[in-house]
Amino acid sequence: MSAITAPIVQQPGASSLPYRGKVAMACLIIAESAIFTIFVVAYLFYLGKSLTGPTPREVLETPIFFTICLLSSSLTVHFASRSLERGKHGAFLGLWFLTIVLGGLFLFGTGQEWHRLIYEHGLTISTNLFGTTYYSLVGLHATHVTVGLLMLTVVLLFGLAGRVGPEQSARVDVLSMYWHFVDAVWVVVFCVVYILGR
Amino acid sequence: MSSDAVAIRYPADAAGRPWVETLHEWVTTVDHKRLGILYIVFALVFLVIGGIEAVVIRIQLMRPHSDFVSPQVFNRMFTMHGTTMIFFVAMPVLFGFANYLVPLMIGARDMAFPRLNAFSFWLTALGGFLLYFSLVGGSGLYGAGNVPDVGWWAYAPLTARAFSPGNSSDYWTISVLVSGFGSIGTSINLIATILCMRCPGMKLGRMPLLAWLNLVMSSIVLIALTPLSAAQIMLLVDRYLGGHFFDTQAGGSAAIWMHFFWIFGHPEVYILIIPCFAFVSEIVPVFSRKPIFGYPVMVGATVCIAFVSMSVWAHHMFTIGMNSYSNAFFTLTSMVVGIPTGIKIFNWLGTMWGGKVLLKVPMLFCIGFLFQFLIAGLTGVMLAVSPFDWQLSGSYFVVAHFHYVIVGGILFALFGAFYYWYPKMTGKMLNETIGKVHFWLFLIGFHLTFDLMHIPGILGMPRRIYTYEPGRGWDTWNLLVSVGAFIQGIAILVFVWNLVFSYFKAPKAGNDPWDAWTLEWSVSSPPPVYNFAVIPTVESRRPLWDLKHPEDPDSHYE
Repeated sequence: MSAITAPIVQQPGASSLPYRGKVAMACLIIAESAIFTIFVVAYLFYLGKSLTGPTPREVLETPIFFTICLLSSSLTVHFASRSLERGKHGAFLGLWFLTIVLGGLFLFGTGQEWHRLIYEHGLTISTNLFGTTYYSLVGLHATHVTVGLLMLTVVLLFGLAGRVGPEQSARVDVLSMYWHFVDAVWVVVFCVVYILGR
Repeated sequence: MSSDAVAIRYPADAAGRPWVETLHEWVTTVDHKRLGILYIVFALVFLVIGGIEAVVIRIQLMRPHSDFVSPQVFNRMFTMHGTTMIFFVAMPVLFGFANYLVPLMIGARDMAFPRLNAFSFWLTALGGFLLYFSLVGGSGLYGAGNVPDVGWWAYAPLTARAFSPGNSSDYWTISVLVSGFGSIGTSINLIATILCMRCPGMKLGRMPLLAWLNLVMSSIVLIALTPLSAAQIMLLVDRYLGGHFFDTQAGGSAAIWMHFFWIFGHPEVYILIIPCFAFVSEIVPVFSRKPIFGYPVMVGATVCIAFVSMSVWAHHMFTIGMNSYSNAFFTLTSMVVGIPTGIKIFNWLGTMWGGKVLLKVPMLFCIGFLFQFLIAGLTGVMLAVSPFDWQLSGSYFVVAHFHYVIVGGILFALFGAFYYWYPKMTGKMLNETIGKVHFWLFLIGFHLTFDLMHIPGILGMPRRIYTYEPGRGWDTWNLLVSVGAFIQGIAILVFVWNLVFSYFKAPKAGNDPWDAWTLEWSVSSPPPVYNFAVIPTVESRRPLWDLKHPEDPDSHYE
């Protein structure tokens, strides 16, 4: 067999393939959605099957304000990355910081709600099926918010150090995709836990 | 054109370097080829461990009233055998081949995320380590045992604290969870590589089927492996935080664990078999000297299998008492899988039909795969019929069926892949004579074991029993099944001998020993670190055919 090398005709710019970061984040979102689906299914399956109280109707209060915070952080992160794309560094930093504040507020709200449930109503993860499924589902989401906040903060620190420019906007977009996903999951969790589940 | 220009080897191959440095390079590597080989070697080590466990099981079942091992050890053996073979042999070895081959076949220099690739491999390795670390770390309590013994399904409530004290089940849970994250990372990487790293001209419709099928496999991993991770998290919540997901005494459901497990468990079969379809789809055309028959249909059928595979899981659960609508639904969907799979088998036959079939060892294994996978599919269709399943679920008939898929299908295709790509990975040919001995020994051992294993199943022998009474008509069958298992064991040793012997003694393979058509054969064997000195441009599905036959290129016909 004669030795052969690869065909070496090269056509510059012959193909335009998608950005690998976006594709990978989309895949991660699909995988995470499957995890959340299982937890949501467990929550719905066990609705009303707790043998002892408290029940969702008795103890849950709809967290309207904190939900508005989280959902509006999707807008701020979107406009932040648009600002970065256009080279408006100050607007990017401001909106990015606002996103972190809004996400942090939401996390504070979750903490406050858990504190109330644990200390006023005595509901823990081992109290009954509602406690098990509620804390797992909301906690899984809160974990994702926390991870998102950590990553947002890292970008903010780099931004403050002047290391984030328009050339990084594709990468920042990948992170903003993740943040949109975290918000979208909250819409589902909110509907399931606070509307459907009561 | 000469191959010398691109025959730059790994720096580690240079003589006179201390072995610590070489080891350090392998441990810190982010090169997709080295990670692929690490995956494969890791899986081969676990194949030997899982194989020894299988042999222990077969010695125990060889004759009635045997007490070769204690019942507790027997439970641990089948649990570890199943978990090891699925999570630490089959998946890593297939990811290893995908890692090695996909970038080479699509004309890329590496995977999309080389460091994620290394991270995923080491997660899988950590998972395997954790599973076996339970041997020393699992005994939390006197008498609780130290190795997982809950079966590879780990059905609730066996895993509840009350029934599985100590830490053995926790090691099982965490090792499966961790290796699952590794698999998800590799799948994301494979999808991003295939969608974003193709060389110019490599349209989706021109990709080698191996890349296509691994794309589909990775997509299934994303959707199917994650439910298992979720269920493992729930199990951890139950065991460590006092949750009640699978705690029937607090209103929880044991059946929901079964659902969550099999939502993963059945697609897992396709995660394993689709890369094997990919091997067969690459090997059969080359050894039939014809392009693959029905390329678009092959892709379509694979995507169909992926979709249908998501809606068949409860055929593992016909005996738990679902309503008749569920039984009918899952019977029908399970049978529907037969259609795209049948299409594939006919396409491979169509590729061989009228071709100049060369019966080299890789092709022998692929032909074995075709016959055995067909039979495995037929017993699968039988078991998909819910009334039939009520009779035979949980019997050795089922064990024979899925081993027919995994050994007769997956392992045969894998052996074919080893013989086919070993020259590319090492630069040496595997010995053809030893390979034929390996093939025939393994074929005889396989059929002796798994053809005959159906019969005690039909005669009522349940799976996972520790031992049995004489005089039930099971004795002779079990003896023969065990003899077959030993023959398979010897065949594996022959294979390992071939791997080692050929590495040191065999002649150099050259770039393209099989006169094949995909891009990996255009570079030296083993390929240089950067794969391609110049990123190639392809015009058809068989770029090397075009190169070798400029007077009649494929691009004229596609």
